[in-house]
Parts: sequence; C-alpha cells; structure tokens
Amino acid sequence: MNLILFTFIVLLGFTSYYFGRKKAYTIQSTKKRLSALPQFYGYYLAIWCAIPAFIIFSLWAIFEPTIVKLLILSDYSNQGYLDDELNLLYEKSKALSRGQFTGEITPFIEASAEKYLSLRSIAQSSKVVIVLSAIIASVAYAYKRISSNSRTREPVEKFLNAVLFTASLAAILTTVGIVFSLIFQTIDFFKVIPLFDFVFGTHWYPAKAFVRDSSEALDPTMYSDTFGAVPIFAGTFFIAFIAMCVAIPIGLMSGIYLAEYASTKVRQYAKPLIEILAGIPTVVYGFFAALTVGPFLKELGTSMGLEVSAESALAAGGVMGIMIIPFISSLSDDVITSVPQSLRDGSYAIGATKSETIKRVIFPAALPGIVGSILLGVSRAIGETMIVVMASGLAANLTLNPLESTSTITAQIVVILIGDQAFGDPKTQAAFALGMSLFLVTLCLNIVALRVVKKYREKYE
Amino acid sequence: MRKNGVKVIKIKAKDVDVFYGKKQALFNISLDIEENQVTALIGPSGCGKSTFLRCLNRMNDVIDICSVKGEILINDFNINDKSCDVVRLREKIGMVFQKPNPFPKTLYENVSYGPTIHGMAQSKQEMDEIVETSLKKAALWEEVKDRLHEPGTGLSGGQQQRLCIARAISVRPEVILMDEPCSALDPIATAQIEELIDELKKEHTIIIVTHSMAQAARVSQNTGFFHLGQLIEHGSTDKIFKNPDNKKTQDYITGRFG
Repeated sequence: MNLILFTFIVLLGFTSYYFGRKKAYTIQSTKKRLSALPQFYGYYLAIWCAIPAFIIFSLWAIFEPTIVKLLILSDYSNQGYLDDELNLLYEKSKALSRGQFTGEITPFIEASAEKYLSLRSIAQSSKVVIVLSAIIASVAYAYKRISSNSRTREPVEKFLNAVLFTASLAAILTTVGIVFSLIFQTIDFFKVIPLFDFVFGTHWYPAKAFVRDSSEALDPTMYSDTFGAVPIFAGTFFIAFIAMCVAIPIGLMSGIYLAEYASTKVRQYAKPLIEILAGIPTVVYGFFAALTVGPFLKELGTSMGLEVSAESALAAGGVMGIMIIPFISSLSDDVITSVPQSLRDGSYAIGATKSETIKRVIFPAALPGIVGSILLGVSRAIGETMIVVMASGLAANLTLNPLESTSTITAQIVVILIGDQAFGDPKTQAAFALGMSLFLVTLCLNIVALRVVKKYREKYE
Repeated sequence: MRKNGVKVIKIKAKDVDVFYGKKQALFNISLDIEENQVTALIGPSGCGKSTFLRCLNRMNDVIDICSVKGEILINDFNINDKSCDVVRLREKIGMVFQKPNPFPKTLYENVSYGPTIHGMAQSKQEMDEIVETSLKKAALWEEVKDRLHEPGTGLSGGQQQRLCIARAISVRPEVILMDEPCSALDPIATAQIEELIDELKKEHTIIIVTHSMAQAARVSQNTGFFHLGQLIEHGSTDKIFKNPDNKKTQDYITGRFG
C-alpha cells in the first residue's frame, strides 16, 4: 500500500515538474523574459510536491502507532490493569491481527484485534487522502504563483543545499552517536571495574564473567583479575609489530622499485596487480593464515625442534603484514613519484648513481610521506580483526614469543560479543571499553599520519 | 684561452643527432668549445639548445625515449662510447639548472653531497675545507657562513642558485653547464651570477644556455645560435652580435623573430 502511494507521489512529482516547465515555456512564448531557466520552474513545482509529502509521511510514522495504541487501550482504561499488562494486551492483539498469535484467544483480545485492524485501515486511507490532497493543494498554489518574474532558481538551489547538508549531517551525527554510545558504556564499565585494574591488570579472562546468573546482584569483587587488559594490548601491539616487520620492508622496497626503477610498462601492470592484494577480503587472508601458514609454520618448527602452536602470533602477524603491503607500497610509490624531478637531475648531474640518489636525496625528501603511509598501515594492523580471530587463537596470553598464540583487542571484542549478550552486563560493557581504547589508538595514529602527510604536501606546493 | 695564440679545444661535438622517440630534435650539430672560455648557446624556445647542453654530460640518459647519435669528444675522449663511465663523466662536467634545485638538506650537506659520493675527503676537516672553498668560489660564503646547518631551501632564489653552483664546483669539474641559470632570478641576483660566471671561467670551461641576448653578450666569449634543431652559426660573440654571416642570426639578434 505504502509502496503504491510512494510510486504515485513520485509520478506526481514528475508531473508537477512537467507542468512547471510547460508553464515557463508558455510564459516564454509571450516574449516575456523568464527569471530562471524553464527547468527551474519544473524543479520548483516538484519540490512543492515533495516537501508536504515528506512532512506528512514523517508525522504519520511518528504519531500513528501511538494514537492507535491509545485508542485501543482506552477501552480497558477503567478496568484496573497495570501498565505492563496493558502493553502485553496490546502486543497480543497486534499479533492476532497479523495471524501470528499462538496463545489462548480471549474475546477481549479478539475485539481489540478487530479494532486494531479497523483503526489501521482508517489511518491508512486517511493518510492517502491527506497526502494526496496536500500535494495537490500545494502544487496548485505554487503553480498559480509562478510567473515570469517569480523567484524559482534561488529556492531550488537552497533546497539542493539543504539536501546535501542533511546528507553530510547524517554521516557526522552517526559518528557522534557511535562515539557517545562508546563513551557512556565505557563509563558504566569503569563504574564496576576500576580503571586501574583494566589498564594495568595482567589477567584477561572474560569467560569468568559468563558464569554469572543475570538475576544475581552485581558483585564487583567477583571480577577482580578478569578484565586486566595488559595481555591483549600487548598482543595487539605485538601482532601489529610482526605485521609491520613484514609490510614495511617489502612495501617500501616495492614502492621504490615501482617509482624509480620499473619501466612504464612494468609499472602499468605491476601497480594494479599489487593493489589487488588490497582488494582481497580480510576473511580470505584469515583462512589463508589459519589453514595454510599456521600449519606450515608448525611443521617447519617441529622439524627444527621448536614448539610452535598451530595458531601463532607469527602466522597472524605475517599474513596481516602481507595484507598491508599494498597500502605502504602504493602510498610510498605516490610519495616518491611526487618528489620533483629537479632534485633527481641535481643529484645525477653531480655524478650520483641511481641508488645513491634514492638513498641520499629522494628517500629523505619523501620520508614524511613514507612515515605517514606507515602510520596508516599500523592503524590498519591494529584494527584488523578477522585474521587474528582465525589464526592467532582467542586466549589472551601475555607473551612475547611469536610462536605462541596470543590475542588482540579486536579478537577479544569478537569473543565477548559472540552468542547471547545482555546490556548493562560488565562482560558486554568490556567490549565497549575495548572498542573505545581501540578507537582512541587508531584516532591518534590517523591524526598523526594525516598531519605528517599534510606537512609534507605543503613543502612542495 | 689561447696557449701561444692557439685556441685550446675542450669539447668537440661531431655530427650529433638527438631523437625523442621518432622525432628528431637536433640535426648534425658540430661545435667546438674553447677551454676556459664562456660559450653561450642562444636561440628561440624549443630550438634544441638545452637538449644539446644535456648531451654534454649525458643527462639525456635519464629520459627513456631519448637517443643520441654522433661523437662528443671531451679531452679527445668520446663520451658517447660504451666505455664511458657516466659517473666519472658527470664528476668532471658539472651542471646548474634553470630553477634552483637545492636538496631539502642543510647548506653544508648540499655542498658536501658531491665530494661525499665521490670519496673526495678523507676527514671532516678536509670536507669542511671543500665546503668553504666551494661556497667562497660561488660568492656565497660571507652570506651563509653562520648558518651552514640550516636548510638550503630557506635561502632566497639567487642564493639558492649560487648554492647550486657551489654544489656543482665542489667536485672541481672541468666544465660547468648552465641551463638558463638566471631565468628564475631578479636583475640583482642575475648580475651577481654573471659576475660569478666571469670569475669561474678562470678555472672552468663554461657553457651557458640563455634566452637573454644581452646576457649572452655580457658573459660569453663565443656564441652558438640554434634554430629548429640546427646550429645556424657559431663564432666569437663579437662577430655573432656585430656582424653575423647568416640572415637568420641577424634577424634573431635584432629581435625580428624568436
């Protein structure tokens, strides 16, 4: 029903556009000068069609359920029901009206369900009538008003401005909303678990929190030694470190090769090929790490007499490093390419070889940009989840042995939030606290990286 | 310079052709360059004078599609021969570019760059000496001696260009190629560079590409006029400017085209 109405309104919009433009042409044919191009007259009418429709739809969406509920519950108002019972009654009658009710049907509920249906259909048809008449009225009003010298271009431009503004506002508000939900949940978490225990505790064992029966009262002492985040912070930075040990040398060297040594033809094919690496979903890297690299390292280690866990920090970090290579190589390639040719010429002209020029002139000149690209790579490594979940195990060991399994912030968030969760439970809130710390770390890294890159850009422009 | 009244030829170009891909940029250039003199290459834009200059230290190698044919003899050695070591060649033939291009390093590092990569100094002290002499020869020492460890990019345009000249002479080249060294500078900085060029020719052979005919007349002893990839005329600057043989040269000098 709503879909048909919506289609109809869209059609009305097109029609008003057509009529607006037609009126403009008519005015034009009388040799009068228009104040705007004919299509602005069309857009103007279409906006007059869209705005009332949008307002009425929103109002309906907000108020219809409340009003229907009030009307239905008014029947029971004097019978001494509690609010909870009334709500239940309402939900039951709603379910019955949809044919989804499976419990015992009392005449009361049946009557309410019928009333619900009839109210809904009244609401629907009145909505159709009101929307359509409002549209027709407003379009007709606007149609009558437009003349050769009426302002149509400015309102249309303003409307577009407002639409674009709303779009960017939506993105910003979402970010703000997410950050605030993180902050509030994190504060709640730290009300139960002391900040000190979280930041400096060395035992991370959220499984302990799983055993609590939600009907029991919350006893903070039972969480001592449960949410000490040191092992997972350490694990996060450790795995990121391993990843960067792989990604920085390979990425940087391939970036230098692409920018300085590769012929145009090689570059033309090699660069997109390397960038394909960036397009592989991380979950694919994850099972590559878990099923190929992990077991391979284990066998290799066993043959050398080392004890290697099948899920090791080395496997996860190494594969993560491969994932990050394209970021570093592609960005550093761009940065190196943007070093002015005049510096290369200056160096060659004094008899420097290619490698001397790169080492002594180009690399130092491009260094800020390269550091920026590395920092962006690090913030990706810290935020990466899937590879760690699949390849490095979920136990938060405090270790610096790359052959053992360890866990990261992101992987622990996954562990905590898999399965049933209850809001207001320290276990769930722990995920928010972790998310918050992760957010802060990557935010700082990104800010530093962008600053560095920007500073570098200013230097040559 | 003339030894016993005989011109000493430093560079001898014979039938040089240059191609950018399939397009020929220089046709059959044959030109002798005298030692310890300033030779100016003049001509309208795109005539190939810079391309010719870049042949002399094989800077055209950097451009993939560029190929050079013919002989260029420097001290009677053909630099286009396979046995020529480009690194050694460029140590002997310095170059100064149109736009000052100091490295984003300190003044000291800019000048010590060449001596370092060619292993010319055994100690810090020797390097300090090289840097000081080079800056003095480039007439920059007095202005910058107190801030040798500040970035070279912080200097004014004219100072930057003199820094680039100091960088070029730090490895004691026999020849200095200058590709419109004053085109990005104001008249005062230009006058300083021109004075410097006159001084430098005592120890170096200088070839300068310039758009300014007044500059060519002021600084050079010999002049070559290029037009559409051909060397139309060359000879002493006096003769080219006062009594050219070729009508095209005459027209260009008097500003009738170009």
